[in-house]
Amino acid sequence: MALLTVKQLDVHYGAIHALKGLSLTVEAGQIVTLIGSNGAGKTTTLKTISSLLRPTSGDILFDGQSIVGRPTHELVRLGIAHAPEGRGIFANLTVDENLEMGAYVRRDKVGIAADRERALTLFPRLRERLTQSAGTLSGGEQQMLAIGRALLARPRLLLLDEPSLGLAPQVVRTIFDIIRDINASGTTILLVEQNAHMALGVAHFGYVLEVGQIVMADRAETLAKSDEVRKAYLGVG
Amino acid sequence: MAKLLQTLFDGVAVGSLYALIALGYTMVYGILQFINFAHSDIFMTGAWIAFVIAKAAGWAGGDTPIWASLVTLLGSMIFCGLLGFVIERLAYRPLRGAPRLNVLITAIGVSLFLENTGQLEVLFGTQPQRMPTLLSSEPLFRIGGVGLPLVDVVVVLVAVGLMLLLQWLVFSTRLGRAMRAVSFSIPVASLMGVNVDRVVSFTFVVGSALAAAAGFLYAMKYPGLNQPAHSTWILLGLKCFVAAVVGGIGNVRGAMLGGLLIGCVEMFGAAYLSTSLRDVYVFSILILVLLFKPTGLLGKATVEKV
Ligand SMILES: Nc1ncnc2c1ncn2[C@@H]1O[C@H](COP(=O)(O)OP(=O)(O)OP(=O)(O)O)[C@@H](O)[C@H]1O
Ligand SMILES: [Mg+2]
Repeated sequence: MALLTVKQLDVHYGAIHALKGLSLTVEAGQIVTLIGSNGAGKTTTLKTISSLLRPTSGDILFDGQSIVGRPTHELVRLGIAHAPEGRGIFANLTVDENLEMGAYVRRDKVGIAADRERALTLFPRLRERLTQSAGTLSGGEQQMLAIGRALLARPRLLLLDEPSLGLAPQVVRTIFDIIRDINASGTTILLVEQNAHMALGVAHFGYVLEVGQIVMADRAETLAKSDEVRKAYLGVG
Repeated sequence: MAKLLQTLFDGVAVGSLYALIALGYTMVYGILQFINFAHSDIFMTGAWIAFVIAKAAGWAGGDTPIWASLVTLLGSMIFCGLLGFVIERLAYRPLRGAPRLNVLITAIGVSLFLENTGQLEVLFGTQPQRMPTLLSSEPLFRIGGVGLPLVDVVVVLVAVGLMLLLQWLVFSTRLGRAMRAVSFSIPVASLMGVNVDRVVSFTFVVGSALAAAAGFLYAMKYPGLNQPAHSTWILLGLKCFVAAVVGGIGNVRGAMLGGLLIGCVEMFGAAYLSTSLRDVYVFSILILVLLFKPTGLLGKATVEKV
């Protein structure tokens, strides 16, 4: 069954029509990627799913029930975690406090401790910096913190907005390995990326977004082989 | 020597009052980036509610039990905490996300509203009143030839106690962590599952209750209460705002430091230089700090969010 269904979504910023009847489906257990060039509407899509933006029309179903109009903080309790674009870590909190914020809605101390341990095992770099102010982390470390923090919510659906942005190729590979691990342990992921090559490499299914509309939707391997995608997003041909 | 000690006591006592009020300015600014101009009126209301409670209970004179002070203090804090909650809910929340100028003008409106309704005969009236003596001003003990009255001791102990409590709340509890997260970014905090509206309400309640505590303590130390719209209230509020800016607006520890600094500078200036220029010292400190460290003593350099 689909964990997330987006139906005919329209989103406006004032007069700007950013999403035009966008529909997509994320099957439970999968990694689904949304690729597209700058300004295509990828971030807008994720922000609308987590209710930071309100659509002008359309519907969003999570686990079969409509979540449009429900406040962001309630969606976190339903199981949606969103690691926003530009990382959005709390620079005025320590690394450890940032992780604790990730588990804000949870009360199960034992489970939280286990997930914290898991995040620190995935990102050993963070363990050395637990008491450090998060604002002093490097860009890559901040990205690790943002992902680690999202894991502490133990989400059913993880929304990742350009986790590879501005990272060295070596770190990008690590991040994508971890995305695959997270998925293997049962978390469904909607991954927004400009790095189409890496994204299509880990994803099961992919959507191509152009100026607010889905122009292609297919299995990730099929997309990676298609001429249009190769020309426009993989820099081939 | 005696004069030095006396001045130091006065500076610390007044400074802790300033700090309590400065905390309210700084917490609201830290979370919503706006200056709550009505905050000095909450302080005024706190002092007057303390008067109303003590008067209604018929407490007065040196033999009043100590719990009478406690009841008055808590009553005033609870009343103003609720007032702060209602003000945020009705006046400020509908303007969340509106241009800052609109919010500022609304705050000035709230301030005028409190000053004018406060003058109604059924509330505090238009005449100055004398706060009943709940705490003895007889010296409790003497240090270096200076008598320390119970009032001053209570003022400092209560103020410091409340500041320690706030420090613990903000830096060691889950709610305090959420407050700091909201002050960094409202959308990201909500992505963590924080109910931002609730955190903002809580911030107003706490800030207003602290201002009320300051109002009670002020009325204990300076029993001659000016009428609600009198300019002394505004000037006091302004000094506390200066304290918050000097310490670094948005910074809780900065507000405490700024309050103590401003209180001491004012008292030492008044004692050793000239009494009539006491307000000048306060604002000179502001100018000096803004010249050399525009973000305030403990403030961090941040990019202004416009
Ligand atoms: N706050 C805003 N106000 C007005 N227009 C906006 C706003 N945010 C985004 N837009 C516009 O909406 C469109 C989609 O933006 P969005 O941020 O979703 O793109 P994106 O696909 O995430 O791009 P990128 O890869 O550069 O992050 C763009 O044309 C952008 O200019
Ligand atoms: Mg984007």
